[in-house]
Amino acid sequence: MWNAIRPTTRNLRIWQVGVLVILFLLWHVLTKPGLIPPLFFDSDNDAKFFFGEPVKILLRIWDWFIVDRDIYQHLWVTLLETVLAFAIGTVSGLIMGMWLALSPLAAAILDPYIKAMNSMPRVILAPIFAVWFGLGIASKVALGFTLVFFIVFFNVYQGVKEVSPTVLANARMLGASRRQLLRHVYLPSATSWVFSSLHTSVGLAFVGAVVGEYLGSSRGVGYLILQAEGTFDINTVMAGILVLTAFALVLDGIVGRVERHLMKWQPRAGETEKL
Amino acid sequence: MTAALSLQDVSCTFVSRDDRSQRYTAVSNVTLDVAPGEFVSVVGPTGCGKSTLLNVAAGLLEPSSGAVRVFGEPLVGINRRAGYMFQTEALMPWRSARDNVLAGLQFRGLAEKDAAALADDWLKRVGLTGFGDRYPHQLSGGMRKRTSLAQTLVLDPDIILMDEPFSALDIQTRQLMENEVLELWAAKRKAVLFITHDLDEAIAMSDRVVVLSAGPASHPIGEFVIDLARPRDVAEVRVTPRFIDLHKAIWNVLREEVLKGYAQQKQAA
Repeated sequence: MWNAIRPTTRNLRIWQVGVLVILFLLWHVLTKPGLIPPLFFDSDNDAKFFFGEPVKILLRIWDWFIVDRDIYQHLWVTLLETVLAFAIGTVSGLIMGMWLALSPLAAAILDPYIKAMNSMPRVILAPIFAVWFGLGIASKVALGFTLVFFIVFFNVYQGVKEVSPTVLANARMLGASRRQLLRHVYLPSATSWVFSSLHTSVGLAFVGAVVGEYLGSSRGVGYLILQAEGTFDINTVMAGILVLTAFALVLDGIVGRVERHLMKWQPRAGETEKL
Repeated sequence: MTAALSLQDVSCTFVSRDDRSQRYTAVSNVTLDVAPGEFVSVVGPTGCGKSTLLNVAAGLLEPSSGAVRVFGEPLVGINRRAGYMFQTEALMPWRSARDNVLAGLQFRGLAEKDAAALADDWLKRVGLTGFGDRYPHQLSGGMRKRTSLAQTLVLDPDIILMDEPFSALDIQTRQLMENEVLELWAAKRKAVLFITHDLDEAIAMSDRVVVLSAGPASHPIGEFVIDLARPRDVAEVRVTPRFIDLHKAIWNVLREEVLKGYAQQKQAA
């Protein structure tokens, strides 16, 4: 019996789903009033109040997506903010990183400021951005940008610095001009570093969007969560968190796909296709 | 006749970045000519500045003093008439073998179609037909070296600089590659400056062998004309009496330097 369901590489997915189901069941059993005597709280209803009820949370999500169809506009706004922050942050991080890595003097001058801006707790900028850019999507994009930019920037900076000197010398001997070196050596070399940072930064772009919404907005999933919290509607808060998590996973998956496509030149561990 | 490549009184002194008073003179007063079509090898103990010399000839490194002339013209910047085969991995890992071979043509602005045709032709010449789409990490060490060779030679350089190109290969692959290089060289007769620490390889391949002294401040201390008949097979030529005589004569000069270099390295360690 055990041998049939033992975890192997083949039934990995089933086991992954199984863990999720068990977690939800546990959650359900522990929070459903009257199902088991209260273990920790004084009253039967307290667990439900603090942790929500998975059935109601799933129903809430069902309502959002199928019955009322009112989450789409919020989700759209949040995703738009995330994607904009991610795209703008990545591109400017890439450009700045390349520029500073290739002009040591500029890097030396700006070094303390970059370090200062990176170590600053940038989430605190959200209220300022709200004042500058209003309560629309621009202030959230700005917050996400500040989070994404530095991660990509530092990775590109590092990537350009660590280009193999031999590959570089070889390209120069093959007649590459400065611009061609940039396009054909520095950029591809830096992209491998960029991609390792993109998984982190897509998550942070999401954080920027949601935190920005949470601090002041009229639309977005962060706004929904804030509203629900105002009325102690813990089920809706949890539902919002679940939806956000699912979409963060989707975004991360997309980045992973693009990475696999663009990075196919990189050897992967365990790959033994050599001739 | 003007030399294809001519180093005149070249010295290279490196200054430590952290401490300006720390200096290291890698090579000093090196004068070396390579005639068009001539295959010259430079041998010397490890760490004697052989690669430094090659980098100077390539224009990647400016000598502290002395002059470099390429076909009579003083060298400024990168040596455009030279192709360079590096000791370590120099292929761009993000390009397939074919794209690596056509990189130089692409940099020179050749039309994509012509470049691809030339690259395929050279892949065929180095025996890599059918491997053009593979990335460097999917090729064996010998195949990567052959790709490098094609990458350098596809540009048809007048001077070929080689820095211990086969030192990382096993002995069989190495002899195959040496013969291949000799064959390609015989067809085109370019000037070659070949750096190696392997005396057998140097004698088997070259017209002339230059022996460098141990560093620091290494300089040529001997020059031998290799009058073995061509075409040669690097494996067969090694057992001819003339080869053995030459080997003995050059080794007599080289041995002391090797010991000196070894002693210095041991001291430093």
